[in-house]
Amino acid sequence: MIRVQEQDFDIGAEIAKLKSGRTDIGAIVTFTGTMRDSSRGQTLEAMTLEHYPGMTEQELARIESEAHARWPLQESLIIHRYGRLEPGDNIVLVITASEHREPAFHVSYFSKSWMPGTSAGHDEVCVRNCDQ
Amino acid sequence: MRLLYFAWVREKTGIGAEEVELPREVTTIAELIAWQKTRGPEFAHAFERSEVIRAAIDKTHVRPSASIGAAREIAFFPPVTGG
Repeated sequence: MIRVQEQDFDIGAEIAKLKSGRTDIGAIVTFTGTMRDSSRGQTLEAMTLEHYPGMTEQELARIESEAHARWPLQESLIIHRYGRLEPGDNIVLVITASEHREPAFHVSYFSKSWMPGTSAGHDEVCVRNCDQ
Repeated sequence: MRLLYFAWVREKTGIGAEEVELPREVTTIAELIAWQKTRGPEFAHAFERSEVIRAAIDKTHVRPSASIGAAREIAFFPPVTGG
């Protein structure tokens, strides 16, 4: 599942929702990307993540389906925020659930490294714009 | 043809979106960027470092050599750092 939203997310609530009613899941891994107060030696006070509706969802769904094709995952959730963010704010959440721990860890790492907005390789979806 | 601009590309061009009629000789993203540079000082400035600008045709990321074909919407973004 993927979600692109302006508001913050509650990691505990998202995990609870994901595993609700499921008895087949044995491992849940989460990755949370948060905003740092510096980038390339510059101090950042805030940044604005722009979002291209349609393309962001399409790219995140592609990443998620690629992850499911490569590893035996039972559930996954990717949330990417947009809008104005300040240091310490949550930016992205990846939750992966599998029967055993390895796939969940692998995908969490994979998703992070491919996440639009956090990787130079897939940076075309969310565009950061420093407000400093 | 609808053209969209994000982040500093938008700030430099001064517009977020526009409808344009492309010249017939513009058939690829690279040619479109070259044409953008001729559209006035704001566009020349926005596309000055064209090698770092990313493009998407109808919401799919493409390389500069990509053919525009029957595209309805082309978007331009700056690169992103972080992670």
